[in-house]
Amino acid sequence: MARMVTTQRKVISTVAAWLVGFLIFFPILWMVLASFKTELEAFAIPPSFLFFHWTTENYVTVQERSDYFHHALNSIIIAGGSTLIAMLIAIPAAWSMAFSPTKRTKDILLWMLSTKMMPPVGVMVPIYLIYRNFGLLDTRTGLVLILCLGNLPIVVWMLFTYFKEIPKDILEAARMDGATIGRELVYVLTPMAVPGLASTMLLNLILAWNEAFWTLNLSTLEAAPLTVFIASYSSPEGLFWAKLSAASTLAIAPILVLGWFSQRQLVRGLTFGAVK
Amino acid sequence: MGQITLQGVQKSFGPVHIIKGADLDIADGSFVVFVGPSGCGKTTLLRLIAGLEDVTGGAILIDGRNVVDVPPAKRGLSMVFQSYALYPHMSVRGNIAFGLKMAGIAKDEINRKVEAAAATLNLTPYLDRKPRELSGGQRQRVAIGRAIVREPKAFLFDEPLSNLDAALRVQMRLEVTRLQKQLATTAIYVTHDQVEAMTMADKIVVLNAGKIEQYGSPLELYEKPANLFVAGFIGSPKMNFVTGEPAKQQGAATVGVRPEHLKVERNGQGGWPGTVSVAEHLGSDTFLYVDAGPLGMLTARYVGELGLSPGDKVSLIPDPARIHRFDDSGKSIHA
Repeated sequence: MARMVTTQRKVISTVAAWLVGFLIFFPILWMVLASFKTELEAFAIPPSFLFFHWTTENYVTVQERSDYFHHALNSIIIAGGSTLIAMLIAIPAAWSMAFSPTKRTKDILLWMLSTKMMPPVGVMVPIYLIYRNFGLLDTRTGLVLILCLGNLPIVVWMLFTYFKEIPKDILEAARMDGATIGRELVYVLTPMAVPGLASTMLLNLILAWNEAFWTLNLSTLEAAPLTVFIASYSSPEGLFWAKLSAASTLAIAPILVLGWFSQRQLVRGLTFGAVK
Repeated sequence: MGQITLQGVQKSFGPVHIIKGADLDIADGSFVVFVGPSGCGKTTLLRLIAGLEDVTGGAILIDGRNVVDVPPAKRGLSMVFQSYALYPHMSVRGNIAFGLKMAGIAKDEINRKVEAAAATLNLTPYLDRKPRELSGGQRQRVAIGRAIVREPKAFLFDEPLSNLDAALRVQMRLEVTRLQKQLATTAIYVTHDQVEAMTMADKIVVLNAGKIEQYGSPLELYEKPANLFVAGFIGSPKMNFVTGEPAKQQGAATVGVRPEHLKVERNGQGGWPGTVSVAEHLGSDTFLYVDAGPLGMLTARYVGELGLSPGDKVSLIPDPARIHRFDDSGKSIHA
């Protein structure tokens, strides 16, 4: 029997949803607000919510003290580069696992995922030494490499799930229709996989953009992305809440905008296969 | 031309033998149906002919040429899948045209052929729609359009109507048969539905557990089943099998009588006596399920209405000319 959805119910669930949404969003809102406060107001108790002296001086100081665009460019190169390379490796891997699985395919997938269960700090020292010996410390190449390897299991796993959803019949139909493997890829598989490829790429981009452990430990200045730029405002001389907030706001702005415009794609990607 | 010959075709998946040596001659232009219970290997056999699976042994000849090492695209066959397998991102036009496009045929030639195929299948108004905007029957027609437009040597159908509702299935059954006769192209059709097999086929291949049990015209199979399996599989309701004394009298291990060849006598004498357990009144026919004591449950079909109800005593008299006799191994005994 279908449940009656009363107006009252709707109002309650709408209010609840907004409340939860606001709660989740609140830290970001608070950060943005703090970035427009003076250092003094930023940690004032009781905190002022909207009625304070609005100022943009934090942004000016942040830009003067460190070069935002240098770090932003590093972030773009590192996140974009590691994502592209990961996709190039993962597409054929996921493809073969989805369409010609062997007895060990499941084990390989689980093994790949298991690497994500180990805390990265466990391999910190060996990785650091390898990077030092190969001259990869504080280089964009080094960061692209480590982030690419770190995210590869997730990318393969996601693409594998997408490819698995593509009915085998359709590929066989293409083969019967006279398509070679190459043409099957171009005309049939890729167009059908585009939504999956896009959301995987997007998610990986966000993961790489936000990755802090390796970027903080393996870079200092030259190759340092925005995570390092933010961290530099929590220094031994004390916390500068307002400036830290300004730096953080600047750091998340690009990915926030990207996420906003692609949220439908992202939600579809994350719930793919969950609902038929 | 589309003459297909199978010579000792075998297929195993690891230690499991799916097809245990199939020999078959399919004449050009004929409509052949593979029928059998699920898991009998009929779809596998079709996929072997298509080239979607590799044979483990034997030869498949299309117009005299062994094609076992030829990829599916080069065998000149087209296939209609159970799931339709339409390209979801292409319009109906794109779907039908895809094979021609892959063959590198000129654009206006493709358009002409696609439109002709669409007209044959009443798809003209839907040419620019996507598959998801079509009903099940329309999707099925697009899948058929995709198959016919390439003018293949043979059509392969893999249970194409099983996803349609009963009324549409009957209608599409007629359309497919009509189309095949009109194009005079060889067709191999896989189904588990023996009514489809009987109505559509020129010749039926009955498969069971990876073996061809019998190959013949629908009426041959009905009148002269080669063994118990075919006798039980072809015909609806199923043939009655009786063992023991009545079989011995006929000099057989088992005798079989189809429900329509049992005469029903109310309170009658002789024949096989029993009690009506269920009576199904269809108006045109009456199906009686009769508990015949030591002979087991027997089914009788009476054309027209017969006013019997459960508990009534009847006697079933088999038509002596229509008794099928089988030996110990289940093979048919022909006088």
